[in-house]
Amino acid sequence: MKLEFPKITVWRAIFAAIMLTGLYATYLRVMYGLGGSTNLSDKFPWGLWIGFDVMCGVGLAAGGFTLVAMVHIFNIEAYKPVLRPAILTAFLGYCLVVVGLLYDLGRPDRLWHPLVMWNPRSVMFEVAWCVMLYSTVLFLEFLPMVFEKFGWHRPLKWIHKISVPLMILGVLLSTLHQSSLGTLFLIVPEKLYALWYTPILPLLFWVSAIAVGLAMTIFESWHSSRAFGRALELPLLASMGRVLAVVLSVYLWIRFLDMSHRHVLGLLWLNRTETWLFALEIALTAIPAVLLFQAKVRVRPGALYACAVMVVFGFITNRLNVGITGLEAGSGTHYFPRWTEVAVTLSIVAAGFAIFHFVAQNFPVFEAARHEAAVAGQEAREEDPVAV
Amino acid sequence: MSKAILYDSTLCIGCKSCESGCAERWGLPYNDKIAAEETISAHKLTAVETHGERYSRRLCMNCQQPACASVCPVGALQKTALGPVVYDGDKCMGCRYCMQACPFQVPTYEWDKRLPKMRKCDMCYQRQSQGKQTACAEACPVGATVCGERDELLGEARKRIAEKPGGYYNKVYGVKEVGGTSVLYLSAVPFEQIGLRINVPMEPLPETTWRVLELVPDVVSTGTVLLGGIWWITNRRAEVAKKEGRRG
Repeated sequence: MKLEFPKITVWRAIFAAIMLTGLYATYLRVMYGLGGSTNLSDKFPWGLWIGFDVMCGVGLAAGGFTLVAMVHIFNIEAYKPVLRPAILTAFLGYCLVVVGLLYDLGRPDRLWHPLVMWNPRSVMFEVAWCVMLYSTVLFLEFLPMVFEKFGWHRPLKWIHKISVPLMILGVLLSTLHQSSLGTLFLIVPEKLYALWYTPILPLLFWVSAIAVGLAMTIFESWHSSRAFGRALELPLLASMGRVLAVVLSVYLWIRFLDMSHRHVLGLLWLNRTETWLFALEIALTAIPAVLLFQAKVRVRPGALYACAVMVVFGFITNRLNVGITGLEAGSGTHYFPRWTEVAVTLSIVAAGFAIFHFVAQNFPVFEAARHEAAVAGQEAREEDPVAV
Repeated sequence: MSKAILYDSTLCIGCKSCESGCAERWGLPYNDKIAAEETISAHKLTAVETHGERYSRRLCMNCQQPACASVCPVGALQKTALGPVVYDGDKCMGCRYCMQACPFQVPTYEWDKRLPKMRKCDMCYQRQSQGKQTACAEACPVGATVCGERDELLGEARKRIAEKPGGYYNKVYGVKEVGGTSVLYLSAVPFEQIGLRINVPMEPLPETTWRVLELVPDVVSTGTVLLGGIWWITNRRAEVAKKEGRRG
């Protein structure tokens, strides 16, 4: 047997650099606490790790429940080829959210406390339970890929038996979780800037999560088609782009209708940082919506991909605005993440990409790979009479 | 009946005795350097602020319906029947939602500790449950801070305004703010001029999230029926199509 050293490529070098910096930042976090590793303060207790790692992480994992609902509940078979990558993304996303929480919590060793210490009146309690339960559901939804890979037919059967209630549970938990991240901020009416504070924040969070779930699916398919040299499922993605356009339009409609009812449209004439950040967020939502309504945009992979990227960035801008920038004025302070916070966040994202790549390469995630597994499974079944 | 504190800023001479009394009660260090800090922090749970020639005190308002206690996922914060909002550091997992939720930005954090806790004034819960005064009220040499029953203190505050209308701004801070607080303020000038927040809502903050949280059972039950129903219909349709396709 020959030992093979991994080839050093630019991407691997960047990856290693990010992970090493993250490791050092982790050391600082553990040794010197939150004060020694973040720019958080008494007036600004939540920063990048909540605003990005948790709020964006959960949102970007929304493809999992959106696709599960479309394929298994609405029974739209056509979307099946992108279901597994979406479930994988969601599962990884939730795992990484938990990792982010371990950094952010003052006492990560007490992560389990909400299991036994209850306060059902707390949104954070709901969030904690949603994270725990939905991570479990995602794990179970991911398991068939593992079982297929190793040809374990019996557990595969068991899991198929509970799949429908499991899928329904997953969609419900996601709905609760996505919306409850918005509900978290209802408690700060005097802090959160009026362009973002609204009693319907939970609804807006849920609708935008559906949009970004679709956008992330397009994003992943495009990247994986390049990385693994597969053919892009273009007609499927184009039709998904059409759905995305509708969801984005519904979102914008609710958003502006609500703003006009709350009489805050006048704020748009103020020359403030918030106004520009709001404009950026809306532009990154409205432009892809308009573009995606045009058939000629949807059938061009590059344009479709660009739209998905815009939606993802618009979503991230929105969550950062609600979770960080929109709170600065009301908190009477400024916050900018310290390098350690950025380093940890980057290494979490990098780890996400790397693990996705590894799993997608080694497990039946994409349709082509899945077909091979099915054939292999058939052979195994013929050999093993118990599995029939 | 619940306990409260009445702080009359027109009587306060800025001697900071309340600060040292508070530090002593919590076993926190207190020296000239700490005395000069005008903000509350994990090592200073009450602070006397200077606003021109006037003084004002910051401490936990121990709200009647506290946002911090409602948002705490593990119930580490509790509003006691006695009045104080107390904190159990052994439950706290450090999510810092209480800090985010507090409209007065009172809870502070031990940022530099490896195993940190939140810190805030608890209106001397232990002392008060033994029938003693709060440490700050006991330390105050001029009676600017007094403690007692909330109803009685509110009556006292209104009496002071009525007796000396020219000397007071005609309102008691803490009566309606966020649905009422256990710390009441009197001032000679409008409250924002002594650093109090006048943009806080007049309704209890826990209502804002509860309005949504109470819908959760409805969402879950309706959602289950709806999703289950849709699945049943679409699945049945597919089955039928399959069968008919085979026949044809």
